[in-house]
Amino acid sequence: MIYLKSEILRIKEEALRNLRELESPEALQELKVKILGKKGSLTAMLRQMGSLSPEERPIMGQVVNEVRSRLEQAWEERSAELEAMALQMRLATERIDITLPGTRISRGHIHPLTQVIEEIEDIFLGMGFQIAEGPEIESDYYNFEALNLPKEHPAREMQDSFYITEEILLRTQTSPVQVRTMEKLHPQLPVKIIAPGKVYRNDDDATHSPMFHQVEGLVVDQGIRMSDLKGILLNFSREMFGESREIRLRPSFFPFTEPSAEVDVSCMLCGGAGCRLCKGTGWIEILGSGMVHPKVLEMGGYNPQAVTGFAFGMGVERIAILKYGIEDMRLLFDNDLRFLQQF
Amino acid sequence: MKVSLEWLRELVDIDQSAVELAETLTRGGIEVEDVEDLNKGFEKVVIGEILSLTKHPDADRLLVCAVSVGHEEVTIVTGAQNLLTGDRIPVALIGANLPNGLSIKKSKLRGVVSLGMLCSREELLLDDTVGLDRSSDGILILPSTAPIGESFGHYLGLDNSVLDLELYPNRPDCLAMVNVAREVASLTQKKPHLPKWADQSQVLSLPVATDLRIIIEDKDLCWRYAGLMVEDVHIEPSPEWMQRRLKAAGVRPINNIVDITNYVMMEMGQPLHAFDREKIKGNVHVRVAQPEEKIVTLDNVERTLNPHTLLIADDSQPLAVAGVMGGLDSEVTETTKSLMIESAHFSSVSVRRTSRRLGLRSEASNRFEKGIDVSGVVAALGRVCDLLQDLGAGRPVAFVDEVKHIPPRRQVALSTERTSTVLGIELAVSEIHQVLEDLNFEYQENDGLFQVQIPTYRSDIEIEEDLMEEVARLIGYDRIPTTLPQGDQTQGRRTPEQEFRRRMRKVLAQSGLDEVLTYTFTRAEADAQWGSAKHSIPLLNPLREELGVMRTSLIPGLLDVAARNVARRNTDVSIFEIGNTYWGDEQPLKKLPREELRVAAVAVGKSDRHWFNQSSSYDFYYLKGIMEAVAQEFGLKLEYRLAENQSLLHPGRSADIYLQNECIGFLGEIHPSLEKEWGLERAVLFELEMEPLFKKIRQTVRAHSIPRFPAIQRDLAVVVAAETSAEAVMSKIRKLGGNLLQHVEIFDVYTGKPIAEGHKSLAFTLRYQSLERTLTDEEVSLLNSRILEGIQQDFGAERRK
Repeated sequence: MIYLKSEILRIKEEALRNLRELESPEALQELKVKILGKKGSLTAMLRQMGSLSPEERPIMGQVVNEVRSRLEQAWEERSAELEAMALQMRLATERIDITLPGTRISRGHIHPLTQVIEEIEDIFLGMGFQIAEGPEIESDYYNFEALNLPKEHPAREMQDSFYITEEILLRTQTSPVQVRTMEKLHPQLPVKIIAPGKVYRNDDDATHSPMFHQVEGLVVDQGIRMSDLKGILLNFSREMFGESREIRLRPSFFPFTEPSAEVDVSCMLCGGAGCRLCKGTGWIEILGSGMVHPKVLEMGGYNPQAVTGFAFGMGVERIAILKYGIEDMRLLFDNDLRFLQQF
Repeated sequence: MKVSLEWLRELVDIDQSAVELAETLTRGGIEVEDVEDLNKGFEKVVIGEILSLTKHPDADRLLVCAVSVGHEEVTIVTGAQNLLTGDRIPVALIGANLPNGLSIKKSKLRGVVSLGMLCSREELLLDDTVGLDRSSDGILILPSTAPIGESFGHYLGLDNSVLDLELYPNRPDCLAMVNVAREVASLTQKKPHLPKWADQSQVLSLPVATDLRIIIEDKDLCWRYAGLMVEDVHIEPSPEWMQRRLKAAGVRPINNIVDITNYVMMEMGQPLHAFDREKIKGNVHVRVAQPEEKIVTLDNVERTLNPHTLLIADDSQPLAVAGVMGGLDSEVTETTKSLMIESAHFSSVSVRRTSRRLGLRSEASNRFEKGIDVSGVVAALGRVCDLLQDLGAGRPVAFVDEVKHIPPRRQVALSTERTSTVLGIELAVSEIHQVLEDLNFEYQENDGLFQVQIPTYRSDIEIEEDLMEEVARLIGYDRIPTTLPQGDQTQGRRTPEQEFRRRMRKVLAQSGLDEVLTYTFTRAEADAQWGSAKHSIPLLNPLREELGVMRTSLIPGLLDVAARNVARRNTDVSIFEIGNTYWGDEQPLKKLPREELRVAAVAVGKSDRHWFNQSSSYDFYYLKGIMEAVAQEFGLKLEYRLAENQSLLHPGRSADIYLQNECIGFLGEIHPSLEKEWGLERAVLFELEMEPLFKKIRQTVRAHSIPRFPAIQRDLAVVVAAETSAEAVMSKIRKLGGNLLQHVEIFDVYTGKPIAEGHKSLAFTLRYQSLERTLTDEEVSLLNSRILEGIQQDFGAERRK
């Protein structure tokens, strides 16, 4: 029994010694099998316990168990050590230069004018408007006459048109969609639409493009007031240009609205104090508007005695220029990728 | 309309500064575009007198002048040679910033200190109407009456501001100083000083001319024609005050008679024309021109007229183009002794057409075009009588007034209640009273309902809404509160088609394409190349020839953008556009053409240049991949067939795109023979119609469950002839694989050694799976070899070893 015990302790000492020298988890496992496995040396010791007396057996069993658990514990510790070492090693060798650029995900850009149009659309959709559309090649009737601009009306001069025939032209404004929509919807109420789209005027310089974009708005219902126009446009201006914006209305003239108003928004750059953008006035003109002229309501099929309405129209380029601080409007149609890829 | 404040002050009291007044008018609906300070550049310029002139001690060409500027004497060195002792001259003192941009500083010229500068006309940007003749050789020399020490601007009457009004077409009345004064009076609650000449009595008290009749031949083109006969005419320059006012208004002074007609036009808005009475033979006819009739106009140009031109003529020949320009023959000259001064109405349409056609636009034609107050025609002649007498320019002796039509004075009703409702302001009846008083309109009121007499000069007020605007602008638009519409609430949402377009744009952008927006008009040849010359619609008046037709294809615009970017060294371009094409079915158009929405893309250069992998050139497969992403997004099955039109696209690298057997577009590499023309190498492109795509998009997704049994994957590589279509081999594999073949995918295409010349290797991954059971290796191997046999048979394929 003495021999047996000292042999067990020798196995233990040797195993613990070896254990410290082992460098890999595989070698560790191998040693474990060699000692604690079915054919392991400690297991062999256990088998020899049969030769002991019944009194000695429990004592010996206890020794073996103690050694076994001591070894298992040592193995675990060493294996944890090794794992930690391996992890350290891996972390050290896998270092990368985190300052190199990331994998490029090819991503295109939506044109700033499209983005502005969609933003305007979303704001008005949120206020219960529908989006209406009309043709870009329009008849003289819808582009002018139905908007209270008979032939030879001096206001036609405000817009130099591209003609295709005497009666067909490229629309000079999105306003023809007003009458088209009313014709389609009447006598339904309320009419509540915006109409974004391309429009054309025979003009080309630093501040005019022969093709540009407008968004028209139209609301017709019983009891629509000019104060409603102001309310809707204040909401719009705040969503588009910031919560603290104010608006003001100035008398203006459009043949298809009466009374008419130009709408200024408090300068988004200086907040109204006066700066280069607002030319020191604190206000920036953003759109034209007014109460729908009775003749236009009539031409759309509505009775101006029974319903009223308001309409407004804004230039998308102008809003984009203000929103993004674009220096030259021509950049919007130049399509230089260095410009477009900023958006 | 240029409004001189000095002039305006005579017609209405103004207690605001020029800038404040501009703001008042703008907020009141008369937009002031600019406030010009006429004295700008003349601050610190005073009138001086040369006390002595001595040669500069060290410079032969310079003079040292002692100059009195009133309270002091200054030394100034000048190089000018036209000066005499005692001359009065403009002196720019230290600190002056002259109109030509020159800043005056203390300086030393060859040792002599100079405390200012003597100024020439050029430096002051003045014309030869100022100063003595000697002035043209150097310094501006003023008459000896010019007061020494006085501010030069004040001396010239330039201590004045001019408001430049940007008038809307509805307010032609403000093309008259008196009506601007009325407007200022209304907005600032003052009374205008409308003096005695506002009535016609002194003209009406003249005898009716007996030696000349007015014959209006077309009463639609001329409603009224009045003439004032003037004798004892004495032509000379008009007085200084009148010239000054005309200049401030942008009108060049000529002589007393012409200046009077222009002055009254600016003041009262009624254009006038003075004829030399002796040149009128017989009666005055207002008639249209004969075909090819000619007249030499005041500018000494012979003009050929047409039967749309309205003329003033005597019995034998034309005297003037009505409302546009006088004739040279009947012009007022230095020898003119008697006059007929015309005050008339001419049709705005006729004047506009004629002035456009002849390219002659003037203050007069502008007023006729916008419409004049027919009732004021004779009052204007009354004002002329006044001025003729004041200036001693002539003696009115008789008048004629031929009237065909005077628009009746309008009466418009205005309800307080309705105005309150429409504006959204609670208005008291008394407030409307106040507005109408301020406007100086006559009216009656009964229980809040007003009957308003509209003055004849306010042609813009026709209906109640027009008066509502008057109310709103006079009480101030700021009084309008902010409210929201009270009616039924509505839900805003995009239509499915609008949503589709938006999603399409997103898919393309997310795939790496940049959106561009190009003009929808383009060059006819370019559009004919990619679109349909037969359908393209030409503009009558294009901006430039290269923007002459409405596009039938988006491709030329995109190629232009790509080429422009490449030329600017943006070498890698991948762009798309969603936009309309325009299709005319007849020439000329009788009805509105079709507008067909399309999507197109162009890519050229390399994709994804990056530090750790090789970039690859944009090619056919790049755009095809994007198109497949589109198809996947919308649940569409697109087919690619060999392109039919092989002249625009590389025949071996192009496809027509089919959706359910309908050709909806194309995809391919630009034909090598077109590369030079477009300045692009190996550009790839596609164009698709949007509507057929939209019609076929998947409406809802039906979900499949995930298979519970494991899949078995096998690779299969075969060698086939190079021209064999991969899609054909794949569909054969699919067919032979049946239900158990869940998925087949091509993962490698290879040509080159060791594959024989004219052949290629295709490698597929096949995934077998059953929804009901676990497949065995044996049955999969059997199926796989059956597939191999099948493609060996059909394509002469060999298994690649």
